[in-house]
Amino acid sequence: MAIFEWEEIKIDVDEDGFMEEPDQWNERVALGLASTEGVNELTEEHWKIVHYLREYFAKYGIAPMIRKLCKESGFPLKRIYELFPSGPAKGACKVAGLAKPTGCV
Amino acid sequence: MSDKLQKPEQLVQIDFAPSKKDWMDPKVEIRKGTFNWAAIPKSTKYLDLPNVRKWQPTDDDWQLPDNWKEIILEGFRDRLKRFRSLKIFMDICVRCGACADKCHFFIGSGDPKNMPVVRAELLRSIYRNDFTTAGKILGSIAGGRKLTKDVIREWFLYFYQCTECRRCSVFCPYGIDTAEITMIGRELLNLLGLDIDWISTPAANCFRTGNHLGIQPHGFQDSVDFAIDDIEDNTGVRVDAPVNKKGAEILFVVPSADYFADPHYYGFMGYLTLFHEIGLDYTFSSFASEGGNFGLFHSNEMMKRLNVKIYSEAKRLGVKWIIGGECGHMWRVLHQYMDTMNGPADFLEAPVSPITGTKFENAKSTKMVHICEFTADLIKHGKIKLDPSRNDKWKVTYHDSCNPARAMGLLDEPRYILNKTCNHFYEMPENTIREQTFCCGSGSGIGTDENMEMRMRGGFPRANAVQYVKDKHGVNMLSCVCAIDKATLPPLMEYWVPGTEVCAVHELVGNALIMTGEKDRDNDLRGEPWAGEEDTADV
Repeated sequence: MAIFEWEEIKIDVDEDGFMEEPDQWNERVALGLASTEGVNELTEEHWKIVHYLREYFAKYGIAPMIRKLCKESGFPLKRIYELFPSGPAKGACKVAGLAKPTGCV
Repeated sequence: MSDKLQKPEQLVQIDFAPSKKDWMDPKVEIRKGTFNWAAIPKSTKYLDLPNVRKWQPTDDDWQLPDNWKEIILEGFRDRLKRFRSLKIFMDICVRCGACADKCHFFIGSGDPKNMPVVRAELLRSIYRNDFTTAGKILGSIAGGRKLTKDVIREWFLYFYQCTECRRCSVFCPYGIDTAEITMIGRELLNLLGLDIDWISTPAANCFRTGNHLGIQPHGFQDSVDFAIDDIEDNTGVRVDAPVNKKGAEILFVVPSADYFADPHYYGFMGYLTLFHEIGLDYTFSSFASEGGNFGLFHSNEMMKRLNVKIYSEAKRLGVKWIIGGECGHMWRVLHQYMDTMNGPADFLEAPVSPITGTKFENAKSTKMVHICEFTADLIKHGKIKLDPSRNDKWKVTYHDSCNPARAMGLLDEPRYILNKTCNHFYEMPENTIREQTFCCGSGSGIGTDENMEMRMRGGFPRANAVQYVKDKHGVNMLSCVCAIDKATLPPLMEYWVPGTEVCAVHELVGNALIMTGEKDRDNDLRGEPWAGEEDTADV
């Protein structure tokens, strides 16, 4: 467990940089977390994915199916990897403040 | 910086010259890339595990309980009494070395402690020292080692550098099951609170919601509903996929990654299209919503706790028998332990296919049939129409997932299905498939990002065999029947054999299946055209 510090942000994260307390998420935190993914600017496309993930998370307590994310956000998986180089689960979910998916994934 | 994964051409420079260091010296280096993060307290607390605390393997002090030595020796004594196999495995090894070069981790790392015989010896040396008369008197002369904190660190490193794949056991003239030795090693470590997160968190999620990902019933239903819509868009056919339907004939249990991750999901679509086409009366359970059982990688007790939901949900829903999906280690649990552990399931009936009338004699006791057995039987009886040319853009090979192959003997059914659903199916070399299959290198709960170097090393023999068929036949699709494979083979292929995709066997079934009332289908289940332009050119 570690503390992530970025500009004025100071939050608890796990060893892979995922937030420990998703309630502490806000858009500034997202920017900070994005910087750890080599994403220095969050464009409209990034936000569309982040907001979709957060809405789904609020309703279901987990991330959506990857295929569902692609289809409903309108971005092919390849594009999501371009936007978040670690991919939908490890990159986009991290920036959106979701828990790390575990198991056979 | 050792944190960074080396390039393939560097990693492949494996040094097989034995180290000058005595193997009895337990000191190890805990290096990034070769171990897994410790379990988080939230998960270990949820599972009522001992010594809940924040710690990491890179810490100097692992905060072991004061009486750690007593705990290990008592735990060992207890298990020697409870498991006769363990006692035999500790006593009978003659160190012939037949297993030594059979382990993918040894082949990929050159580290002698990854020879199955030496890995077992790490435990056996403590057994000799503390539980045999010769060892008690002669100590190291009789192959004994003193139990120290360094031994515990060494166990932690090497028992999580074994995927419990059992390839070594195939070659052991005594039939020693090294996976069981690793299992006991891990059980002992867990008594001290030395759990890893990639096992404890999925296990805690399973205990809470029934699946590794922590998906709740409404989330499960949402994913199934999405798949139904997606299939309709793709095929023009609206399938029915009941959840928690009481009185259905069959309960269908799949790994949760099938309705979450990619490329698993396309196999999930395959199951749904198939069951719809044959009109199967089945149901999912939103609690038995996981075939996988990471308890198997933790301890006997944890495995039992997590497995109980399958029979109990079968009972609650009033089904007659159970089909299990493309899940790897689940089949070791189901085939070898479930019946005696949480059975007998005498409220169920011996499985009979309602479509063909075939009685699955092999599953008479567990009441659970592998989806590949079920599908192969449908094809054999001509009950479904297939157009294998729809899979023509793929030159397919098949990775025998370790547990279905070695723990339940599922060797021919997937091949039968592949031969009927694809026109281009090629086998990898014979000493790398069937019961001699090479592991993906990431099974048994160690498929983590932080363990990436060991995963690429352990997966190297499998990747090498894929490279062989890629060079020889132009193979571009690696099919398999395990969710861990589907998660971990893609990065392995990207690293060693770029340009090779990974798929479920039932993705290919779903592609080839001609559905009644289907529209003119332009796309495969991935939503991509049947054959890409570059592929058509060389057909």
